[in-house]
Amino acid sequence: MNSILRIILQRLGLGLLTLFVVSIVIFVAVNLLPGDFAELILGQGATPETVATIRRDLGLDQPLVLRYFDWLRGMLTLDLGTSFSQLNRVSNLGGGSDTTTVVEQIAPRLSNTLFLAAVTASIAVPFSITLGVLAALYRNTAFDRSANIFTLSSISSPEFFMAYVLILFLAVLNPILPSLSNIYQGMPFWERVEKSLLPALTLTLVVTAHMMRMTRAAIINLLASPYIEMARLKGLSPMRVIVKHALPNALAPIINVIALNLAYLITGVVVVEVVFVYPGIGQLFVDSVKIRDIPVVQACCLIFAAAYILLNLTADILSILSNPRLRHPK
Amino acid sequence: MPDPLVKIRNLHIEGRSDESWSPIINGVDLDLNKGEVLGLIGESGAGKSTIGLAAMGFTRDGVRISDGTVEFDGIDMVNASAAKKRALLGKRIAYVAQSAAASFNPAHRLIDQHTEGPVQHGVASRAQSQEDGIELYRKLRLPNPDQIGFRYPHQVSGGQLQRAMTAMAMSCRPDLIIFDEPTTALDVTTQIEVLAAIREIVEEFDTAAIYITHDLAVVAQMADKIKVLLRGDEVEEADTRTMLSSPKEDYTKSLWAVRSFERPEKPPAEPDAVPVVSVKGVTAAYGKVDVLHDVSFDIHAGRTVAVVGESGSGKSTAARCITGLLPPREGHVEFEGEAMPLDYKARSKEQLRQVQMIYQMADTALNPRKTIAQIIGRPVEFYMGLKGSALRDRVDQLLDQIELDPAQFRNRLPSELSGGQKQRIGIARALAAEPRFIICDEVTSALDQLVAEGILRLLARLQDELGLSYMFITHDLATVRAISDEVVVMKDGKVVDRGPKTEMFRPPHHAYTDLLLSSVPEMDPDWLDNLLAERGVDNIGDAAVDKM
Repeated sequence: MNSILRIILQRLGLGLLTLFVVSIVIFVAVNLLPGDFAELILGQGATPETVATIRRDLGLDQPLVLRYFDWLRGMLTLDLGTSFSQLNRVSNLGGGSDTTTVVEQIAPRLSNTLFLAAVTASIAVPFSITLGVLAALYRNTAFDRSANIFTLSSISSPEFFMAYVLILFLAVLNPILPSLSNIYQGMPFWERVEKSLLPALTLTLVVTAHMMRMTRAAIINLLASPYIEMARLKGLSPMRVIVKHALPNALAPIINVIALNLAYLITGVVVVEVVFVYPGIGQLFVDSVKIRDIPVVQACCLIFAAAYILLNLTADILSILSNPRLRHPK
Repeated sequence: MPDPLVKIRNLHIEGRSDESWSPIINGVDLDLNKGEVLGLIGESGAGKSTIGLAAMGFTRDGVRISDGTVEFDGIDMVNASAAKKRALLGKRIAYVAQSAAASFNPAHRLIDQHTEGPVQHGVASRAQSQEDGIELYRKLRLPNPDQIGFRYPHQVSGGQLQRAMTAMAMSCRPDLIIFDEPTTALDVTTQIEVLAAIREIVEEFDTAAIYITHDLAVVAQMADKIKVLLRGDEVEEADTRTMLSSPKEDYTKSLWAVRSFERPEKPPAEPDAVPVVSVKGVTAAYGKVDVLHDVSFDIHAGRTVAVVGESGSGKSTAARCITGLLPPREGHVEFEGEAMPLDYKARSKEQLRQVQMIYQMADTALNPRKTIAQIIGRPVEFYMGLKGSALRDRVDQLLDQIELDPAQFRNRLPSELSGGQKQRIGIARALAAEPRFIICDEVTSALDQLVAEGILRLLARLQDELGLSYMFITHDLATVRAISDEVVVMKDGKVVDRGPKTEMFRPPHHAYTDLLLSSVPEMDPDWLDNLLAERGVDNIGDAAVDKM
């Protein structure tokens, strides 16, 4: 067990290191973006003096390195700073002192995105693994081919197209599900699930192909191994040979593909959010880039990076644990 | 006379290569009665396993039964539905595979795999089957039978796995078991245990068996009758004693004769002669664990020193120390009286040239994308600096030396050669450096006996012509007898015994040498019985090793 613990700690350390490197990349890249918040916000009325004032107020006149460490310290204490756009609104409207922090702005959006990802995953993962197992079982039959064609064409079509097809069939022609996913805080759980079902189904179509095909390939890859031949020579049913004898040994690659797709569900669903007006983090991210709201953009980037790293780390650890040699050392 | 349990008539099997079907088995007949053991022998490619599997009504992917009938207890196994066959497989016909390590599912415990058959076939409940499994483990003399089943395959040694697999085959008390080379991958001392266990349990339950092997001495111990196969054809069949004492066909006789090759031993080297290679007090470790302990031996000019021992005894590690691939932790290696740097990276080109290697798996030791001329030409160019036509002439000369026609082989790829030819290319590549010393690491163990003998004869001839010295790593004592001048016996990383060959093969031996020697199966059907009687039931194979 010690060796597993050591491997996990090692991976965890490497994950943190990666996150640190990524934070530098994000910071530098975001600050290299052309355009300046102050100039953008002032528009025609930008005089050198007013630009300088706003820059001073926001700390943009400080040297880059100093600002990086400032930001890093904030990140470590979960103080993501104050959103520029909120600042701007407060000063324009002459509002009170309760300016919105980045955390307050991101938190509800992130939880919405995680909710959608969770709903999608709980449909997509069992669905694609089952489909993959069946495709491996009935390999090279009509079922296998149609499953492949179906999943491949859904991954190849643009997401918005799949979204509109689903809206057409499930919301317009047969009004079963709501086409708008305008969820809000405090909405009852099942209503939220119902509202997010259409975007979740769209995303399921997008992510199924990878997972299903990897499941199928990983299983078929093992079918020539001596222990599968042994299982067949023991007179076991083909289903049992695959589920009981091939699948447990094929888990590592499947887990890794699942992790990649889950990461995609958290970081890459802007288009689907827009189609269904779903208030997720993707939309917030795009809006913030548009107005050069640097603190929000940076925080979103870092969250995306962390999600990728964390999910891959989990996948790594799970695939290590799926290996009986490591779970049960000699 | 009742109908036989297995009745195969005019069996034709084809295998697909590229787009066409080519024959593997050409009309073989086979009868097996209840409780009888048939030995199927032949070289690789003879179709032994294919026939064994066909007796179960099973063919591997890309193989089909094209003609003939296979009947098991009156049931037509060729045309039976998949479901009908499944009802028989595992329950009435069981299979024991060559490599138990690869044939047990790594993800499940042994006992779970054992009980799966009986439970799925509805023969016994899980609890009953588990109890029975433990009882079988005890019968097969597995250590710690109550607990061993609850381990995963990787936690159990090869010989034990092979016995656990025999137990698994027995789990439904089948009428027929196919043993497909069950002891080929095992050390001699372990092999005895497995052989004894298999024979005992087959006799106890009166199970019929088809025992597939390429080792004649093994089949002599196990089978009531023997069928010899050659490239998909039956050569002859007879009961074991007749077959051993008076084989009819020339091919069978040639198989029997392979073990007779033995070169005369050379006189011992002069006492004051400087050895070509001298290993002095070498201790080596992988990571923090020492795997070699104070190993010393000399290899003299023109001599062959055979290093023998079971897997894990440190034979190959010693070779890695000599080549400098694994720098020893203590001690050093001398070449013609001069200490060589421990690490190969610190050695001069000349020092590297003098020590060459030939590997066990010629398949993986040759670059599959280079032609034979390129493979052999590379060391010629690197060490000798030859180029152009001089290089080509030298490659041709080397091919002549290994008895392959240069015009025919020069431009071929390794994949276009047979196993024996590939090993010859491995030899030519080592010769290309014009070394004084060659390490041969199990060079014949992956080859059939006839082919292996050819390689041994070639190595012996080259030694006489070129004055080479060999370090010959092997676990096969017949090979040792055939080629060596001196023998070094290793166990657990130590040299336990050494001396000239004649002395080593003549009693009295060191206890471990004696165990190794007496464990090599002999072509005498009573050999195993006599040995077991001599050693006592609890003191065979592994158990005997553990006591030392």
